[in-house]
Amino acid sequence: MLQYLFKRLLSIIPVLIGMSLLLFFMLRSLPGDPAQVLAGQMASQEDIQLIRVQLGLDKPVYVQYGKFVINLLKLDLGRSARTQNPVIQEIWARLPNTITLSVVAIVLACLLGIPAGVVSAIRPYTWVDYLVTSTALFGVSMPVFWLGLMLVVVFSVMLGWLPAGGTGGITYLILPSITLAAFVTAFIARMTRASMLESLGQDFVTTARAKGLRENVVIIRHALKNALIPIITVIGLQFGNLLGGAILTETVFAWPGMGRLIVDSILARDYPMIQGSILIFGLLYVLINILVDLLYAFVDPRIRYD
Amino acid sequence: MTEPTFTQTPQPSLTPPAGPWRRRWSALKRNKAAMLGAILILVYVLTAAFAPLLSPGDPAAPDLMNSLEGPSAKHLLGTDQLGRSILARIIHGSQVSLLIAVGVIAVGLFIGVPVGLISGYYGGAVDFIIQRITDMFLAFPGFLLALALVAILGVGVTNVVISIGIYMIPLYIRLVRAQVLTVRGEIYVEAAKAVGTNDIKILYKHILPNVMVPIIVQTSLGMGMAILFAAGLGFLGVGVQPPQPEWGTMLGAGRSYIFNAPHVATFPGIAIFLVVLGFNLLGDGLRDALDPRVKV
Repeated sequence: MLQYLFKRLLSIIPVLIGMSLLLFFMLRSLPGDPAQVLAGQMASQEDIQLIRVQLGLDKPVYVQYGKFVINLLKLDLGRSARTQNPVIQEIWARLPNTITLSVVAIVLACLLGIPAGVVSAIRPYTWVDYLVTSTALFGVSMPVFWLGLMLVVVFSVMLGWLPAGGTGGITYLILPSITLAAFVTAFIARMTRASMLESLGQDFVTTARAKGLRENVVIIRHALKNALIPIITVIGLQFGNLLGGAILTETVFAWPGMGRLIVDSILARDYPMIQGSILIFGLLYVLINILVDLLYAFVDPRIRYD
Repeated sequence: MTEPTFTQTPQPSLTPPAGPWRRRWSALKRNKAAMLGAILILVYVLTAAFAPLLSPGDPAAPDLMNSLEGPSAKHLLGTDQLGRSILARIIHGSQVSLLIAVGVIAVGLFIGVPVGLISGYYGGAVDFIIQRITDMFLAFPGFLLALALVAILGVGVTNVVISIGIYMIPLYIRLVRAQVLTVRGEIYVEAAKAVGTNDIKILYKHILPNVMVPIIVQTSLGMGMAILFAAGLGFLGVGVQPPQPEWGTMLGAGRSYIFNAPHVATFPGIAIFLVVLGFNLLGDGLRDALDPRVKV
């Protein structure tokens, strides 16, 4: 297991190289001169040249990329063009907020989505099933930012129960996490239903019933346990959607996380910050996928990593 | 001499068996949810096609005296912060979102499908290189990649199409490649090779038709996703720019008035929801009707 973990962590390296290459060349292909952007419209040619030398933009592209990678290894992502603070410092300040929001949302999604999918699968083509499947379909079709705004209209504007945005106590977390969880909950419920229906049709379920086991045991210990692999895969894959959704949710609720940081950086054309935050977001995504791989072994003892 | 007569044994009447596409069409027609999705899409496409005729007025004409008015007989869905008819803007906005969705799918199909075919069919080094490049793009969450690309390319319809389209390409590559791997060794492909058919013809005449089902399903679901992504970019202010009516941009502008005029953000959201729901219903129905493996 440890050996597998080590190998899997090593496999991040080519992915990170790929991501850094993609980002580096994407940002270098921008129209206009970054030195000019940083110096501002009123800067003299000398000032622009000075910034160009400071940033190493006068060097060949491969030298620039090499410097970029070395700085990356030192966790030096440069300074924000907007605030002049180190990019990594700004990211560390925002990252815990995004992680908190995402973890609460994914836990909520699992707690609601898996039972909903199971109930739907054990009573297929009944009103419960139709209720779950149609709610889930609505969930995957709804724009996350619209749902967020509608929740604000109902729970903040009309009822006055919850704050419309910002941070503070746990009450500030309720609406953003429900908003963020909605899409993933719907997706997990759909996947759980499909996976459970398949699992319930298998011989081992018939055997378990024939042995006279209680229906609850048959469903949870036999059918659900075997249906979990595709469900976990979906949860892992949906984390990407969750991070994408976090960008929109944080904007709706003025939540001071990474998503909001990226949007603000894009609107201000703060390229060092865009580059750094996208890279950290990508890294987070890759690490989550590794975690999902490792979870398989706990759920399904048939999977061995040696 | 009389001519010999031949008595023919009566044969049971044989109607030719329905072709696979006809059978799939009948299965699709029986799926009520898919038909509801198709109706929603039809209404959406017709709205976009006849927008100038259906629109109650100019979607860009400001009328500051009547700004942020609620729904009324004069303005069925009310007016926005500049007094423009929200209904007129939603109707005209359908053109923009349809244009984006079709553009995104075209980028994904025209680049992703041929590259996926090549990657799966040839294998080896070609496949390895294509798959590593695909990995690079898929290492980012989809919406983040589209957002990063639009940040680089700039705002506007074309750049939104390119940004979301670039995200769609690796999805098609992966999908098509996986399908090609399952049919590459089939007898009909071997037979085509044996009679000297060239690779391009094998790919397009023998392999592509046999991997079409998941491509069709992905296209329906992809249209919905493209509309959601484009609306998300518009909402953040980096998508289609005002005064062009785009549903996400309208919703983003309506956010500032959520306390005193919630209808400004509500109606464009309902439009996005109904259209995406239509594509998802149809996509699910197509998957059930066309792909026998997912029948449960």
